Amino acid sequence: MADTAVSRSASRWALRVLVVGYLSLLVIWPVTLVARETFAHGLAPVIDALRQPEVIFAFQLTLSAAFWAVVINTIFGVGISLLLVRYTFPGRRTLNALVDLPLAVSPVVVGLALVLVYSGRTGWLGGSLEQAGLQVIYAPPGIILATAFVSMPLVIREIVPVLQEIGTEQEQAASSLGASGLQTFARITLPAIRWALLYGVVLSLARSLGEFGAVKIVSGGVAMRTQTATLLVEERYQQFGVENSIIAYTAAFILALIAVLALVVVTCFRPDKETPR
Amino acid sequence: MTQHAGVVEPPLLDRAATAGAATSSGGRRLPRGRNATSLTPASGLGLGVALLWFSLLVLIPLTAVLIQASEGGWSAYWDALRSPQTLAALRLTVGQAILVTVVNVFTGTAIAWVLVRDHFPGKQVLEVVIDIPLALPTIVAGLVLLSLYGPSSPLGVNWANTPVAVFLAFLFVTLPFIVRTVQPVLLEIEPEVEEAAASLGATQFTIFRRVILPSLTPAIASGAALSFCRAISEYGSLVLLSGNLPYSTEVASVRILSYIEGDKLTEAAAVASILLIVALVVIVILDVISRRVARYG
Repeated sequence: MADTAVSRSASRWALRVLVVGYLSLLVIWPVTLVARETFAHGLAPVIDALRQPEVIFAFQLTLSAAFWAVVINTIFGVGISLLLVRYTFPGRRTLNALVDLPLAVSPVVVGLALVLVYSGRTGWLGGSLEQAGLQVIYAPPGIILATAFVSMPLVIREIVPVLQEIGTEQEQAASSLGASGLQTFARITLPAIRWALLYGVVLSLARSLGEFGAVKIVSGGVAMRTQTATLLVEERYQQFGVENSIIAYTAAFILALIAVLALVVVTCFRPDKETPR
Repeated sequence: MTQHAGVVEPPLLDRAATAGAATSSGGRRLPRGRNATSLTPASGLGLGVALLWFSLLVLIPLTAVLIQASEGGWSAYWDALRSPQTLAALRLTVGQAILVTVVNVFTGTAIAWVLVRDHFPGKQVLEVVIDIPLALPTIVAGLVLLSLYGPSSPLGVNWANTPVAVFLAFLFVTLPFIVRTVQPVLLEIEPEVEEAAASLGATQFTIFRRVILPSLTPAIASGAALSFCRAISEYGSLVLLSGNLPYSTEVASVRILSYIEGDKLTEAAAVASILLIVALVVIVILDVISRRVARYG
């Protein structure tokens, strides 16, 4: 027995070292190198980079596109989750599978799909929209559409399990006592799903801020007009000169920081599924 | 935790989904009947509005890709797919995606095992580290890998602009999938069964193979499907890292992009249709797996 105990603890150690080593080489070390590279010349060039009008513009555009995408996804996500969980209708199962499609599709395909429909020159709907004064492709509405597309299922995926778990007893009680649909939602349903909704919103926001492929195709990436933060990283990294590379690394560092912060928020504040509440 | 309508909430993908940006339909079972009612006029209107938005944003554009792909008929479709450069890109993408998925089956299961069964200081940090590849913008992921495996690598290697870069990028972005699908299943396995097997004289390896592995297989399969799907559709992390050299490091997504930039929308749609079909197949596979787990699990 002593032998098996020793071999068990030896294999446990080996596996532990292997896993930590693998994760260090693949994730931890490279990520810290980017942080180091960003501040390789000190803090001053980083602050200078952040004052560049192109950088400020890119982050403003990214933030506003992400904001609208998250607003749209939150309203749509809450609505469709309630419909999927609380109601029966023909095609419900298909719709339930289809709402996950945006996460499985390549960002490049998303971009192409939106161009095919909304491009002013050749798109199915783009021509009429342009005549009505709304340019979608190569303009901010296209960026919002692409961002909303790729992050669409995140809110739904968070809310649906919670809606299923809380059941309908309280809602039924509320409406039998005379509460209107809106009152029931605001007083009963919303408080029950508020944490799940918050996680969904944080994840959507993180995903929205970081979208690259789909946005690149629909926006054209013109500096000071349709260039988002991720597109700025690409453009500046490919240009020569220390200044450009510092701008690229600074923007990348901020994007990475937001992503990691979002993760930490979700990991720390999520009620643990394993422990009973 | 209460289960509704006799349906087991499958642990598949639940964590992966919450982790940042996972894909799939596997994690959700809809209740059958008990809590669901038929549509009221107000909810019917809501469904109409939701479906209209969903169609405008997702369904019509994706259908447009398939229609555009068939624009020139079958022969044009096949010609687009059979051009040597596209063929090379598809071969590289699928080949590396399969390779990465196989690697992930082993590393993903091992990581999940360590996260569930092992206890050491700093384990919480690893939980966050696993999800970083999903949360990081893909263009930043490329930059991140470039810093350790690019021209100024402290390891003295330079894999930028080689097929190894494609492998690394795929490996990075698909890291969480199998870990996050296997982890919850592993948590729910009762240690009593393993202890019983051990007391009957089974070796550690036998216990893993005969007791643990069978219950992990559906989770590993879902994670592998997600990994593969994510890998073949990857674009952003390769832009800076792989150099996008035709016949060498050019993947399917990059091929689509250069067709778009050359205004060859039909060819772009042809390649895109392949990726779209794979995505649909993966969603169906996951749905089937989770149904099976719900039935027998």
